[in-house]
Amino acid sequence: MDIIKIKDLSFSYKDGEDKLIPVLKNIDMSVKEGEFVAVLGHNGSGKSTLAKLINMILTEESGEFTGELSVCGKIITDDITEDEIYELRRHIGMVHQNPDNQIVATTVEEDVAFGPENLGIPREEIRKRVDEALEDVGMTEYMHHAPHRLSGGQKQRVAIAGIIAMQPEVIIFDESTAMLDPHGRREVMKTIKELNKLGKTILLITHYMDEAAEADRIIVLNDGEIYKEGTPQEIFSDAEALRRVRLDVPQVTELFTLLKEAGLPIQNIPTTTDGGAELLKNLFVQKGGR
Amino acid sequence: MINDITLGQYFPGDSVIHRADPRMKLIIAFIMIGAVFAASSLISFAFLALVVVLLIFISKISPLVVLKGMKPVLFILFFTAFIQVFLTRTGTLIAEWWIFKIYSDGLMMAFKMMCRIALLVASTSLLLSYTTSPIALTDGIEGLLSPLKKLGLNTHDFAMMMSIAMRFIPTIIEETDKIMSAQKARGTDFSSGGLIKRAKAMIPIFVPLLASEIRRADELSCAMICRCYRGGEGRTKLKELKITSNDVILLLVCIGILALVITANILTTHFGLPI
Ligand SMILES: Nc1ncnc2c1ncn2[C@@H]1O[C@H](COP(=O)(O)OP(=O)(O)OP(=O)(O)O)[C@@H](O)[C@H]1O
Ligand SMILES: [Mg+2]
Repeated sequence: MDIIKIKDLSFSYKDGEDKLIPVLKNIDMSVKEGEFVAVLGHNGSGKSTLAKLINMILTEESGEFTGELSVCGKIITDDITEDEIYELRRHIGMVHQNPDNQIVATTVEEDVAFGPENLGIPREEIRKRVDEALEDVGMTEYMHHAPHRLSGGQKQRVAIAGIIAMQPEVIIFDESTAMLDPHGRREVMKTIKELNKLGKTILLITHYMDEAAEADRIIVLNDGEIYKEGTPQEIFSDAEALRRVRLDVPQVTELFTLLKEAGLPIQNIPTTTDGGAELLKNLFVQKGGR
Repeated sequence: MINDITLGQYFPGDSVIHRADPRMKLIIAFIMIGAVFAASSLISFAFLALVVVLLIFISKISPLVVLKGMKPVLFILFFTAFIQVFLTRTGTLIAEWWIFKIYSDGLMMAFKMMCRIALLVASTSLLLSYTTSPIALTDGIEGLLSPLKKLGLNTHDFAMMMSIAMRFIPTIIEETDKIMSAQKARGTDFSSGGLIKRAKAMIPIFVPLLASEIRRADELSCAMICRCYRGGEGRTKLKELKITSNDVILLLVCIGILALVITANILTTHFGLPI
């Protein structure tokens, strides 16, 4: 089942008096339940706008849109009520870029409880969800800490726990690793993959090719249009096409492309470091066997 | 140096006072303030001082901390004492120098005023700032203000604003520090020159800070909407405030103190006891 379905969607921001800035043009895409989809695109290509549309943050005041958008089987139309929007939004969590600007409360535990509290969930149930969510992201021991004392990666995991506690089906990550150091990025990516294994649908907006390579499918945006779509294998096999839209391929992919050109017997070029290691091991075993 | 600024001075602990319901603590603090202002005889001051000592003992807050807490009010303390001493012209003349005359009543009143201010600061900080976390305090304020909801006032919004402010004060201090370092690296001099020059040097801090905080507020509100925030209506809470028997006992003790202070006043003024 398609949990997010977008047909011929265009969107323009309103800028002052009736001036329109077209940002998204004729987008067609869908995300299946339980799928892990990455969205790539250079700065200003419209990734955040797409995420905000899916999450219904952008209203008629902020811009104009045409086309069709349906979320969790419900078609979003102009006459959707406020209550319906809230009802839908609880199914779509969103983790933002800056970890500091999405933590609301003065302790970790109370921040994770913020979402469920807003949903009016009974106290015992909130307690349970908070404990489980903190367990899921491995932050249980920091339950009573003040958020500003945590590292960037830890803060981002708290933010993720806050979303998990609302038990959404889809979680959108809008460059959630962009402000973290390599260690923090690894922590967060690990959490994202685990969430996907637990059955959550993931929409990962990122600038890092190696993160996108972990997804089931990649959508490449360029100037508000879908430029390319496919598995990481398909997308990264054409490095030239990616460079044309100011993107790159993961380092492993580049390395093995060069090795293949140099004459090594490689069929499928790997896109993840793990895949590369596996391939390299096999190559050595073949060599040793001969 | 900027990192020294700590918000409130909460010392986490597990004493009876720490655990008391914040609403009750606010009420008790108000009663204590009443008692301190009602006190007029030396015996009642001595009695209130004893209460403060007891508070220190129960809360396990170091007496040094309480003394240090007096620092910001020292000026007011001595200023009011000074005024009392030199402006009171009743009682017996004790000393005279140039235009200054010191009378016994003036000394007595100055002493009482100093006691009053010191007791006020010590008892409220022991009851509230030292032993109540900022978040509990806002919850307490929200709880006490909740009857105003019937008058159409939005107490939830107020409490939410307070707690967000508290959440972001450390973040904003950190940011100020960063901007200051960045401007220093560009040669801005914050520490020399006259008042106006220094004030001008602050502009390159406040402008970027303001811009950054506006962006932050925008992102935060977006994040809150994403987490289904829609005001206080229909909202539940992870931690609900509850009045326990412990709180009731504290309140009764406090009312008892007020009654004793008033009795002491009546005894001294109406029956002319010397204290
Ligand atoms: N509120 C707004 N009003 C007007 N224009 C906007 C608004 N927000 C974004 N834009 C414009 O829309 C375009 C797409 O912005 P968007 O934030 O979606 O890009 P993005 O792909 O997320 O970029 P980045 O990688 O920098 O996050 C940009 O050109 C931007 O200037
Ligand atoms: Mg963006």
